[in-house]
Amino acid sequence: MSDQSEQPEDFEVLLRNSTGELVEIIEQGALADAVNLLQTINDARNKDLYQQVGQLTRALHDAIRDFQLEGRAAANQEDAFSEMADATDRLNYIINLTHNAANRTLDKIDECGPIANSLGTEAALLRKEWGRLIRREMKPQEFRDLYRRIDSFLVDTELQAGVLSGNFSEITLAQDYQDLTGQVVKKVITLVHDVEDRLVELVRIASKVDRITGIQTMDTNKKTEVIDKQIPEGPVVNAEKRGIEIVSDQDDVDDLLSSLGF
Amino acid sequence: MNKDMKILIVDDFATMRRIIKNLLRDLGFNNTHEADDGLTAIPMLNTGNYDFLVTDWNMPGMTGFDLLKHVRADPDLKNLPILMVTAESKREQIVAAAQAGVNGYIVKPFTAAVLKEKIEKIFERVQK
Repeated sequence: MSDQSEQPEDFEVLLRNSTGELVEIIEQGALADAVNLLQTINDARNKDLYQQVGQLTRALHDAIRDFQLEGRAAANQEDAFSEMADATDRLNYIINLTHNAANRTLDKIDECGPIANSLGTEAALLRKEWGRLIRREMKPQEFRDLYRRIDSFLVDTELQAGVLSGNFSEITLAQDYQDLTGQVVKKVITLVHDVEDRLVELVRIASKVDRITGIQTMDTNKKTEVIDKQIPEGPVVNAEKRGIEIVSDQDDVDDLLSSLGF
Repeated sequence: MNKDMKILIVDDFATMRRIIKNLLRDLGFNNTHEADDGLTAIPMLNTGNYDFLVTDWNMPGMTGFDLLKHVRADPDLKNLPILMVTAESKREQIVAAAQAGVNGYIVKPFTAAVLKEKIEKIFERVQK
């Protein structure tokens, strides 16, 4: 990409060297020579310009082709798959994975709730009866009933504790998405960095074209992020760096709202 | 507070709707219904006689902020209590939501205790 980067400098050297000569010729009154010299400078400028535009076009083409090649390699598929489409698929995969993990977890929690409730309820009832037994308020038949209930409660507790701990293991396992999504996110981050690097390279080449043509571009560094409060963006990342004022927690929200008279 | 009140939960993520539904159930509110964005919520609100709206902000179709403004502009719905539960945490946004007439604002991630507190506070005020 940068094998011809000396070209604009050559043009600049020619321009610099010719200026003195041009002034001299004009002072001598040789206008025809002056026009010829201007034509030479102009030709050199055009030649460089065409070369730079050609180079820019080729670099752009290479960048696009490289994406497709890498995309194909990453997707390991015959059909042309752009890396961007691949990244989209990867991100959709994360949505699916986290969705499934959350549902798996919530399903297991839904199963555990009633079990814990019924164990608690039965234990509370038995404790009441147990109290009556301790206070010797119980008739022999009631005692025999209690005896059986305690036995079946113990069997049930043992069984249900097994179910609960099984569900807890499954809830733990459902968190494996963290590892998988982390790997996928890292790949997408790498892609974004690659794209950025190539865009920077393109911008660098394009700026040489601008230099020769004398095109003035606006200073892009000065551009600050326009934050539209109406447009939601989800969780704010890097708020401080971007100069965005965010609340750090619910207490902050409450303080802000109460300062507004809420 | 009436535990039988009819609640509409609006969030584009089914998981978040489920979490809010479960938390509300734990707080004793069983009459909950779901919509996945503002556009699907509006017809439900128009005909469903809801008592309370819990909405996310960032949703495709119609955002929770637009839904909030729509409800406040509708003569039949304008008094409906609205709780926003959202990851949107910019100060400007919270101020905008407050100015648009939200009754409570919870930032995600949140806890069951916060949800309970905000709901109680909202109905304490509404009943006054």
